Amino acid sequence: MTGFRRTITGGRINRANSVAFTYNGKNYRALEGDTIASALLANDQTIIARSFKYHRPRGFLSAGLEEPNGLFSLGEGGATIPNTIGTTTALTSGMKIKSQNAWPSPTFDVMSINSLAAPFFTTGFYYKTFMGPLKRSWMWYEPLIRKAAGLGAATEVKGTQRYDSTNSFCDVLVVGSGPAGLAAALTAGQSGARVILAEQDSDVGGSVLSSKLDVLEQWRATSAVELRNLKNVRILINATVQGLYDHNQAVISLGANRLEVVQAKTIIHATGAFERPLVFNNNDKPGVMLASALRTYLNRYALAPKRRAVIVTNNDSAYDVAFDLAEADVAVTIAETRGSPAGELLARAAQLGIAVFPNSGIADVLGGQQLRAVKLSGRHAVTIECDVLGMSGGWNPAVHLTSHGGIKPKYDDTITSSVPGGFAEGQYGAGAVLGHFGLQACIRDGTAAAESALQDLGLKLPKQKRDAPVTREDRSYAIEASWQPQEQAAKAFLDFQNDVTLKDVKQAFQEGYLSVEHLKRYTTLGMGTDQGKTSNINALAIMAARRGMPIADAGTTTFRPPFAPLTIGAIAGRTIGKHFRPTRRSPLHAWHEQNGGVFIEAGLWQRAWYYDWAGKWPETAYIKEMELVRSGVGIADVSTLGKIDVQGPDAAEFLNRIYVNGFAKLPIGKARYGVMLNDDGVVLDDGTTSRISDTQYYMTTTTAQAGEVMSWLEYLLQCHWPELNVHVASLTDEWGGMAVSGPKSREALQLAFVDIDVSNEALPYMGVMDIAFGGTTLRLMRLSFSGELAYEVHCPSNYAIPLWEHIMRAAAQLDIKPYGLEALASLRIEKGHVAGLELDHRNSLDDLGLGKMASKEKPYIGKELRFRENLQSQERWSLVGLELLEPDKKLRGGAILFASADEIKGHGRGYITSVTWSVELNKFIALGLYNGGLKHEGEEIIAAFPLKNEQARLKIVSPHFIDKEGSRLHA
Amino acid sequence: MRLPCPHCGERDYSEFRYGGDASKPRPAHGTGDLKTWHDYYFLFENPKGPHTEYWQHVLGCRQWFKLTRNTATNAKVVV
Repeated sequence: MTGFRRTITGGRINRANSVAFTYNGKNYRALEGDTIASALLANDQTIIARSFKYHRPRGFLSAGLEEPNGLFSLGEGGATIPNTIGTTTALTSGMKIKSQNAWPSPTFDVMSINSLAAPFFTTGFYYKTFMGPLKRSWMWYEPLIRKAAGLGAATEVKGTQRYDSTNSFCDVLVVGSGPAGLAAALTAGQSGARVILAEQDSDVGGSVLSSKLDVLEQWRATSAVELRNLKNVRILINATVQGLYDHNQAVISLGANRLEVVQAKTIIHATGAFERPLVFNNNDKPGVMLASALRTYLNRYALAPKRRAVIVTNNDSAYDVAFDLAEADVAVTIAETRGSPAGELLARAAQLGIAVFPNSGIADVLGGQQLRAVKLSGRHAVTIECDVLGMSGGWNPAVHLTSHGGIKPKYDDTITSSVPGGFAEGQYGAGAVLGHFGLQACIRDGTAAAESALQDLGLKLPKQKRDAPVTREDRSYAIEASWQPQEQAAKAFLDFQNDVTLKDVKQAFQEGYLSVEHLKRYTTLGMGTDQGKTSNINALAIMAARRGMPIADAGTTTFRPPFAPLTIGAIAGRTIGKHFRPTRRSPLHAWHEQNGGVFIEAGLWQRAWYYDWAGKWPETAYIKEMELVRSGVGIADVSTLGKIDVQGPDAAEFLNRIYVNGFAKLPIGKARYGVMLNDDGVVLDDGTTSRISDTQYYMTTTTAQAGEVMSWLEYLLQCHWPELNVHVASLTDEWGGMAVSGPKSREALQLAFVDIDVSNEALPYMGVMDIAFGGTTLRLMRLSFSGELAYEVHCPSNYAIPLWEHIMRAAAQLDIKPYGLEALASLRIEKGHVAGLELDHRNSLDDLGLGKMASKEKPYIGKELRFRENLQSQERWSLVGLELLEPDKKLRGGAILFASADEIKGHGRGYITSVTWSVELNKFIALGLYNGGLKHEGEEIIAAFPLKNEQARLKIVSPHFIDKEGSRLHA
Repeated sequence: MRLPCPHCGERDYSEFRYGGDASKPRPAHGTGDLKTWHDYYFLFENPKGPHTEYWQHVLGCRQWFKLTRNTATNAKVVV
């Protein structure tokens, strides 16, 4: 019967502090210093999970990060964190722990019926059943399978946890704080380098924490104190390096809720090694553990097997486990797969009363739900009753991080495992990750790695050389590979987490899935949180043997981040909800907020959509606001427009190059509408640009393209036209703007600026003047987006609200009111002005009916490619106006356009880009892109909106719905 | 990835925008026929290895610059 007892003394637990927790709803107690795993083992909870496919009972395999079985959900409701590794997570008071993948409990699991249906879940089951000819069924089956078999479930309620992330920099990042890492951090730290030491465990020391030797503990404690006294060293605990990225960037998770992104100049890998399981029948039964885990539970958590332990090993390291157990009064038997282990080990075993059976493995593990006895194989085929079986198949260096950048590990025969295939620039390895085992070797490695890093950094090496403690355990690592059992083994597991057995690998081989990458995908080997930590090398070796090739030639799978489970929340950090992206606010934002403005998101901007004076609902409010502008005077916030100051002796030449139409001859005090193309002849943006002086222009761009245009102008000036003496500066945030529009707008401006002549003669259509007002300079421009008599007033941002209020007050007698984005965008549809919805980066000038604007005299960007064959086609989707012919229906943006004889199917001949109710025409009108464009003027067509099963008849008309002569603009 | 801004020094790549291939000269303004511009705008090598390209320190000093980057490894970033 599997079981552990607390030893009377020893361990790194605080016996004075009892900690209460719940596990699957029941109350338990353990001690401060326990992990979830040691706390459960101390309470005789040895079956803690069910396996992924077969729902076999599972116990803890390990005492570390590689744990494939012991994953738990912590917390409740919105604070639930699934897939927490029980072997590395410290127990805290009041912790609510739940097992996963078992219902109703791990000890009695209804789904274990899957075991009876095991042949059903054969290798490649998922592929064959769901990804083959019937692959469409995957979407139906997948949720069911995930529910029955799988890891923890994410909570379905809103998370209540807080997450955060930070960035930092260092000279030397040391990953791992075992003997190699500690030595490296000390050497680097003493040189004055900025050091970060990242340790995934709750304390520094690595393997030393699992030892009971005082001399090692003293060395660890002294080293830790020295490091803590160095101000240039940061020690991060519970800090797992999850991924390494280009140029030595490391992403570290700190517990479940925080992420730190470290930019390191050099990185020292001191990640150690994971013990490898051995492959034999029923090696997944609770009670079968890694040998090193038994040592950790004994020496760190004061948990000894109740009476008897069997150790099976192919290498020397497991003897230290056996010796420690024997000294804690556990009866120990060793099954040794090798013929003749070292004499000194046998002598010490004899001294401690440990029986060693050479040339022996494990034939089977006996017991019901968990281990009761083991049956040895080979010459000594005895059956031994025991509490636990500790297995050691050797050590796999933790090479994962070294290969995140694409450097594949390479197989090393001397240690029968993979070592790093190399290191990226500025990265070094030390200790067990290199396959160098033993304390002295690790400390030597760590020191040397730090010295190499310091040389890279141009820093002096510390004078003080450190002595490494001498221990009896510090011997060379001797191993003879033993990959497979001699006997038939129906249930010998390679990957405990994904339930991949020896048989599955054989079947994959038989079906031709030979390469390791195919093997992985076909059998799911090494997927999940395991990521090859325990499973990889055994499977590679077995496949290589089948294929009759050396293991080195069988290749290896690619290790990718994250190294261990981490929360999505930590990755997202604070960039959730409204912080997902920045919010931009106009300088008039506060005014809109206080005066009935209703906001809408437009890109990053919060814009005033409509105002409550016009009604409660946007569908009706914008129409009232449109009527205001068509009959009286309204004021709208246009601050989001891109605003670029263009200055320099060559400003005129520069603008002449980037706009299709001419700007060099634009008189001072005049504005002009301009369109710019990309090099490929496609329309980039439009806007009005005014000439302020001989050498200064004031450009406006669309809101959406402001950043793009600015960057484009800088690109041209900096990279290609350095001969032009021009400078551009963005004023988008520095200046605000407002449009005063409607037949009474001139009257309104005259009331606002009584000393300025704004008559048609003084400020004609497209006229621009800078005026001094209220201690600043305002830019008055007679521009119109709505088609009415209209002006824009621009000013420095901090004057925007006072100026707006001043105009509102001065023109109060004209009943001036604000109008929002919806009305602004609808007025321009009536006028037939194109905007962002039409300028979709696929149209040519001709598509938008703007071909006539382009200069025939001067060169301009995009001129050559504008005339390429494709852009000259008569079949292009071009701008049309559309009028609804059926008054009882409505039009929708995005509706698909068909000729009246067409079958209503597919992508049609175009689509509607913008729709509005026309206050002038008293019907729905729209702009759209239609195959052949205005060639079809007057034709009746159909707009289909399949999502709502709507169809409506339309007529193609000129996009200029109102005032075609422009008499209002020039009034 | 870190990129060397000639004005601000080394910064995280998230501060930059990519500006495309910088290995070909742009035809002088107002020169070149349709074929010249077609080849300039649409035809690119897609090397695995060193690649000369434009970047802008768009969230910094806004300087445009050229650098050579190994497209396979992102290594050896040289201005």
